[in-house]
Amino acid sequence: MSNDELDLRELHNPDIPVPEEMQSNVAITSLSSLYNWGRSRSIWPMLFGLACCAIEMIATAASRYDLSRFGMEVMRATPRQSDLMIVSGTVTKKMIVPIVRLYNQMPEPKYVLAMGACASGGGPFKEGYNVVSGVDKYVPVDVYVPGCPPTPQALLHGLIMLQKKIEQQHLGVGASVPWYGAGPSESIPVPVLGPDVIDPRHAELFRREALKGRATPTVAEALGLNPEAAAETK
Amino acid sequence: MSDQVQNPVLDASGVADALVQRFPDAVKKDTRKGYEGVIIDHHKLLEVAGAIRDDYGFNYLSSLTAVDYLGMGDHMEVVYHAFRVPTGGAPLVFKAQTDRVEPTIPSLVKVYPGADFQEREAYDLYGIYFPGHPNLKRILLWDGFEGHPMRKDWKEAYYEQEHKPFDSRWPGGNVFRGEEHNPFGHNVRYPAGFNLDNFTPQTEAQFQSEMSLGVDIMGDPAFTNERLLVNLGPHHPSTHGVFRMMVQLNGETIESLEPVMGYLHRNHEKIGERNTWFGNMPFTDRLDYLSSMGNNLGYALAVEKLLGSQVKIPYRAEVIRVLMAELTRITNHLWAIGFLLNDLGAFFTPALYCIQTREYILDFFEATAGSRMMCNYMRFGGVFKDLPERIRAEALLLNDKVRDMDTMQYLKDLITERIPRSIDELDEYLSDSEIIASRCIGVGVLPADVAIANSAAGPLLRASGVPYDLRRALPYSIYPELEFDVVTRPNGDLLDRYFVRLDEMRESVRILKQILPLLEKTKGESIFGGKTSYSIKAPAGESYGMVENPKGELGYYVVSDGGGNPWRYHVRAPSFINLTTLGLMAKGHKVADVVAILGGIDIVLGETDR
Amino acid sequence: MFGTGILKGLGVTFRHFVTTFIDDIKYLGKKRDLEVFQHKQSLANVGLVTVEYPDEKLAVPERFRFVPFLVTYNQDDPEYAGKDWCTSCGICAKVCPPQCIWIVRGTDPNTGRPKPEPEQFYIDTDICMNCGYCAEYCPFDAIKMDHNYELASYDRTTAHIHDKKRLSKEIRYWQSIAPTTAAEEMEARKGYDHTDVQKARKKAGLTPSRVGPTSDKAPEPEVVAAPAAAATAEAPAAPVAVQASPAPADKAVEAAATDKPPGPGNWVKRGKRWINLDAPAEVKKRSRGPGEE
Repeated sequence: MSNDELDLRELHNPDIPVPEEMQSNVAITSLSSLYNWGRSRSIWPMLFGLACCAIEMIATAASRYDLSRFGMEVMRATPRQSDLMIVSGTVTKKMIVPIVRLYNQMPEPKYVLAMGACASGGGPFKEGYNVVSGVDKYVPVDVYVPGCPPTPQALLHGLIMLQKKIEQQHLGVGASVPWYGAGPSESIPVPVLGPDVIDPRHAELFRREALKGRATPTVAEALGLNPEAAAETK
Repeated sequence: MSDQVQNPVLDASGVADALVQRFPDAVKKDTRKGYEGVIIDHHKLLEVAGAIRDDYGFNYLSSLTAVDYLGMGDHMEVVYHAFRVPTGGAPLVFKAQTDRVEPTIPSLVKVYPGADFQEREAYDLYGIYFPGHPNLKRILLWDGFEGHPMRKDWKEAYYEQEHKPFDSRWPGGNVFRGEEHNPFGHNVRYPAGFNLDNFTPQTEAQFQSEMSLGVDIMGDPAFTNERLLVNLGPHHPSTHGVFRMMVQLNGETIESLEPVMGYLHRNHEKIGERNTWFGNMPFTDRLDYLSSMGNNLGYALAVEKLLGSQVKIPYRAEVIRVLMAELTRITNHLWAIGFLLNDLGAFFTPALYCIQTREYILDFFEATAGSRMMCNYMRFGGVFKDLPERIRAEALLLNDKVRDMDTMQYLKDLITERIPRSIDELDEYLSDSEIIASRCIGVGVLPADVAIANSAAGPLLRASGVPYDLRRALPYSIYPELEFDVVTRPNGDLLDRYFVRLDEMRESVRILKQILPLLEKTKGESIFGGKTSYSIKAPAGESYGMVENPKGELGYYVVSDGGGNPWRYHVRAPSFINLTTLGLMAKGHKVADVVAILGGIDIVLGETDR
Repeated sequence: MFGTGILKGLGVTFRHFVTTFIDDIKYLGKKRDLEVFQHKQSLANVGLVTVEYPDEKLAVPERFRFVPFLVTYNQDDPEYAGKDWCTSCGICAKVCPPQCIWIVRGTDPNTGRPKPEPEQFYIDTDICMNCGYCAEYCPFDAIKMDHNYELASYDRTTAHIHDKKRLSKEIRYWQSIAPTTAAEEMEARKGYDHTDVQKARKKAGLTPSRVGPTSDKAPEPEVVAAPAAAATAEAPAAPVAVQASPAPADKAVEAAATDKPPGPGNWVKRGKRWINLDAPAEVKKRSRGPGEE
């Protein structure tokens, strides 16, 4: 994020002398809480549904559970206007590419909520060949909501947890929020679809693995299970 | 077509005999134990299939799938199920076999255009080539994916054992996560020697050039200011999930459209073949997650057929099954109508009204089956539990507020009062609206013969004037005893699809009103007549169980090798096959209409991509 | 006439707009209490349906399924305090469709032979699909589906694999969240105790099963007349729990020390508290089960 509009570091240089260890606190604390109060009560989620959980997310947004009580009813269809990505459902390898792209396009400060077992860690479909074992393998997740699917109330609980998290963050330089530091935040390298999904961050690993001259071992091979023998005893 | 039927009296097995007589050197009966139908020499497949369609009236190819008989004859088999529409009756099953090394079977797209996507799926997952297919390329996975995952000798990264239960879970079940045993820490598997340095990924431009749209956006001079290639999805609010469409436009008018799917392909069938028989039941919930009860019922019917005399379904269980299936139909159609209106631009208000009514039905599901959406309620031989006496809760969490209602009274109020009120209100709210009329009339027209040829199912088919409903065409459960009409509309446009759904809800209410006294009458009777064992084995053979799900014919093709796990588990998903018609329907309309046309098909991606 | 359809539709929207205020007028000046809530969540309601989530929560029905938990004897059970109901037979791990249950079978340190007790028990909630098969097929009523859905966390690596400590909850917890089912199961077991315990008791010459968590030494007469859990099943789902005033802490400690409840009489656990339905005035505070957090 660019610092041109508002250089927050100016806030740390008030005219009165402030002890060094206090410098990032004094001017910021009350502003922080006011600012966080506003932020946490107007989280705009991205209108983004993946699977079964998306249906419960829509049910949460509907009249019975009513997300607008939390100021979250403004679901934006574009990542550029949203603060929160609710990953609601199974993340497949084919879909992780657009998900990372969407995440990169969201402006800071941005949050990710992994809704349901699939988004958190692969869920019941984890063993599948086209399923990513949790969206946090690629994008940082702030709140995990377990359940398959989480009921609307469980999702609301997760969103309240997120609000609490936001309220605890403060504006100080080097504090818990990364985006008030200098310069734009690094975007996440977008995965590539090859023989299987490829995380560009693994380049070095690929070089090492390629030398071994074998296909990536399955869990059975890694554990030394002999599938043939196991099948025969059945 | 139907006027050419020579032997309309012959049923499916009669036709099978007639085929053997007529093509003695190409057709033979499938004599394997537990199997039915005929096996056709694949060199003559086109000719015989043409006769099946034109001379015997099996004009509707419902399901096409492949089976890998590795170690059981070492061949690949493609299985076809064809129906007579709208006459009804049992399907004719025919198969074609080929070897595993270079599997090749002629494409049936010329005879049955509905085979299009299904053959692409078989190519994608099994690597079977279909010469003659106009657009044979991967459909669920991406180009460049290593191998064909449904083949029995293809192992995924988290492969542990051929079948569940896995030995690592008990008695020495020291927990681990799959990724801990992968060098990359992800669910990935690369071929030997794969290196990023000598890998060039497919670019978006290549991907688009290879589409059947037949355009090269980079170099084609025809792409002037007026002609555009527009991408919708996979992240788009109107695609009902993660669905993608490539649309070629001339100005605002659609010249051609190709759907791209697989963004929610979560390997339902591969996991299903590792699972135990009943372990698949909760997975079926997650197919069409808006109508899980219907999915359960279809799978239960398929396996019960296989189990044969081992299960006897008590009458009360059948009554409860129909109750659940029809309530599901209402929830689904409410959702479909609400979101069709969303797609038309009436953002959220109609959907809110629909969701509100749906919540009342979900309350009943939650109290009976334990979950709002993922009901996991049917069992082989009955249902999980009888209806509870009361819909009640216990306070547990801080600020928990409890409710306590009599179940039967709740159902009665719901069926006789609350749901009809909502349907009437929707009718009043939307049916006469001029905006809806002008957006819907004449949009996405699908003529009856095209609908049948493309294997369209459910409301999509019936809105084209074809009175075909499996509940009448090939009745299951207690539907023969129940009075209801098959709703049809003549024009086959968007408005008719809306009306078919509205009227089907009314018919469902009519059925439910007949179910209520049956529920009272059978109170206290048994609800389960199968085996309670946790490791059932199904006799070797094949079975195709199908139900008229809210979105159309949902079929389960299961093959058993006599063990505790399905050898083949295939889902004939109506959402997937109905999409075959999307390109046809969208052609010539404005780009804004394609969103509504898709909404009119009513797809759910969990089922489309499986 | 063109436009009448739109007007009709707008009429419906307007009607909805007006009816949302009906309850507000009807219950004007009254507190938003349970009665109002029940009306709003009933089929008869035409007005607002919103559940104001953190301030009022729609309690989940008995059969509701969320992540499973393991049943143990109550921590204050006079005979089998805190004993696991799970015998580590492994059926739940075998039936689990996504294979998210991991059990290390216990072994006797002296003989080295397996003993009917889990050494460790894990459930990976990132895989669990809440299908309920484990609870359905468990022959000992030892694993049940929880009702607490408020499990959201900031970190899945530490919070999402539930181990035995986290999974274990007292039987009274299950009796309180699903009284009807618990009573049915008790009937099927022919008594309060675990089926294996019943066998052992028979061998030892005791009554096969106690009627509740009572002591064998001094069985009280009322207990026989009113089995605790059976009575629980008939208890109305009254809001007693939410509104009952908490007992003074010292009294609660005292109650825990005397080791008496939940029998005799109609004892029900509501949330953290034990309530005697026969004498609602007396409320005793108990410590939570080990995993109940």
